[in-house]
Amino acid sequence: MTVLRSLLAGTCALALAAGAQASDLKVGFLSTLSGGGAGLGVDIRDGFLLALGEAGADDVEVVVEDTQRKPEVAVQVADEFIQREEVDVLTGIVFSNIALAVVPSAVNQGKFYISPNAGPSQLAGRGCHENYFNVAWQNDAMHEAAGAHANDAGYESAFIMAPNYPAGQDGLTGFKRFYEGEVVSEVYTRLGQTDYAAEIAQIRASDADVAYFFLPGGMGISFLKQYADAGVDIPLIGPGFSFDQTILPAVGDAAAGVRNTSEWSPDLDTAANAAFVESFRAAYDRTPSMYAAQGYDAAQLLLSAMETADVSDADAFREALRAAEFESVRGAFRFAANQHPIQDIYVREVVERDGVWTNVVVGPSLQDHSDVYGADCDL
Amino acid sequence: MTTILFIEQVLNGLQFGVMLFLMAAGLTLVFGVMGLINLAHGALYMVGAFAAASVAAATGSFLLGLIASLAAAAMAGAIVEIVVIRRLYRRDHLDQVLATFALILIFSEGTRWLFGSFPLYLDIPEALSGPVTLPGGIDYPLYRLFIIAVGLAVAGFLFWLIARTRLGIRIRAGEADREMIAALGVDISKLYTLVFALGAALAGMAGALVGAIQSVEVGMGEPVLILAFVTIIIGGIGSIKGAFVGALLVGLIDTLGRTLLPIAFGTVMEASAATTVGSALASMLIYILMAGVLIARPQGLFGAAA
Repeated sequence: MTVLRSLLAGTCALALAAGAQASDLKVGFLSTLSGGGAGLGVDIRDGFLLALGEAGADDVEVVVEDTQRKPEVAVQVADEFIQREEVDVLTGIVFSNIALAVVPSAVNQGKFYISPNAGPSQLAGRGCHENYFNVAWQNDAMHEAAGAHANDAGYESAFIMAPNYPAGQDGLTGFKRFYEGEVVSEVYTRLGQTDYAAEIAQIRASDADVAYFFLPGGMGISFLKQYADAGVDIPLIGPGFSFDQTILPAVGDAAAGVRNTSEWSPDLDTAANAAFVESFRAAYDRTPSMYAAQGYDAAQLLLSAMETADVSDADAFREALRAAEFESVRGAFRFAANQHPIQDIYVREVVERDGVWTNVVVGPSLQDHSDVYGADCDL
Repeated sequence: MTTILFIEQVLNGLQFGVMLFLMAAGLTLVFGVMGLINLAHGALYMVGAFAAASVAAATGSFLLGLIASLAAAAMAGAIVEIVVIRRLYRRDHLDQVLATFALILIFSEGTRWLFGSFPLYLDIPEALSGPVTLPGGIDYPLYRLFIIAVGLAVAGFLFWLIARTRLGIRIRAGEADREMIAALGVDISKLYTLVFALGAALAGMAGALVGAIQSVEVGMGEPVLILAFVTIIIGGIGSIKGAFVGALLVGLIDTLGRTLLPIAFGTVMEASAATTVGSALASMLIYILMAGVLIARPQGLFGAAA
């Protein structure tokens, strides 16, 4: 396993100059950086490090390690971070199953965890914890927004589809929670399935007004290309995961014009966002994804808390995190009682801009949205 | 379910089957002739897809990409055979599995290092894109028909190669008795490299063909590899005919199971439960088939009795 240690801008030089000045805060960043799904982890990491670099945060030390998308590896990495590296804050996990394996034990050992992506319902509801902050979304948010959008667009019947695993079932449940039309068919595909000919034939035969699908990563790429090639004229909508900047270039014009829901978009009109997109492009020579934006916000949240409190005073630091006094790239952002976001979710459309396939905001779908699980949380 | 939908699903199953055949043919040849379990076969599939995607992106020609996939996978196969695999023929299967598993990791990380973590773009050529209307009013993607045609053509070519050519005679002889054909003066190590490269080229071509309608990404080969192993176990290890029949069986049963089972359960239980149970059972179907074949005919449908 490669251990990638990045001491940020000038930390080394400063430390040498000042004798033995230790970092004020140590972050353990564990994420999926190799194998399938690595693109997401890489974007979160790059966004996170970009924010720290921009702030010139030489009092933050970051230890980066790969979890290979395996819960058992992630648990080992987290133990190493906590026991050997003695980090104060952990962050970086992409996938919900890995978050569920790592987060409860980390926060119970008094560490802070800032989630830049995964938001499983367990950690938003009964399993919420005072040291767990989710700066991205609860998993259902985009599906709920898609359901609301399907109502707004006047679709009276829907064909809905997701992989047969917990997040897929949650996704369709989230869609149905807000969708008021008729669900003509609900199909579960195999996780990791690459051929959707059989499902596309069913969509064609269903005669629904719209097809809603949640297929993250490579599954979405395969489905979109095959759907476009099959010439089915039923419009698609999906959550932002299926139309993210990490996959759009591989889908090409097969996704043109498709509506999807996300809390962020590269063209979202806030000053902080314009600056973020520009500096991310300058630093990494590609358009940032939603994941990069979330990594960037996770670092901003951390930095904002460090300004008012020291991590050695856990209670004060927790209060400072809870205040969320930072300018999120997605505009208005605050935490609900369960320390998950209250935020707007937008409808986006896939377009080609300057030769790059990307998303533009069409309008809001849900405003000041928070999750339903907070009611079960005792915080 | 209407007749049209059923015919469309049969075509889908057929297309999936011939694609699996391209993978399984190489796997079964290598196992049959050299007695080698090659877990890295999926990596060669990935090599083919990446070669096709990068050449097609650079030249704008899908055909050149397809040729590049054959060449790159055959070359990668030959190099791997000469450098690594050759040392494994005399070792037991555990050593082979370990070494070829290491090759998977090396190929995956090597590809990630060369091409980055993000999936590549490979599109269907203009002339083959979009649906065509078949007799009976079925709209079916032309490209999938193209895959079926290519798969059947390759199957025909392989049968001819094995049954009618000198190389085929040597391959069959190699399966039957390695020592004897070496004693007859056939350069056995050259034959092995050739067979391995041929299998690799078929895998690479499958990767390129499928890459155009799926996602070209690191790790794309492993899920297909598992199905290819199921295919050759059902068909009988070492038999091209077995690989062909096994691949079509797996393709048809998997595709039809996925659509028919939820409908079948829907007649006896509530819709959303039927979907869940039906989908779960559908994903087990081919493994149930494999288990059934192993019980009734342990050597596979067309395998030579041990």
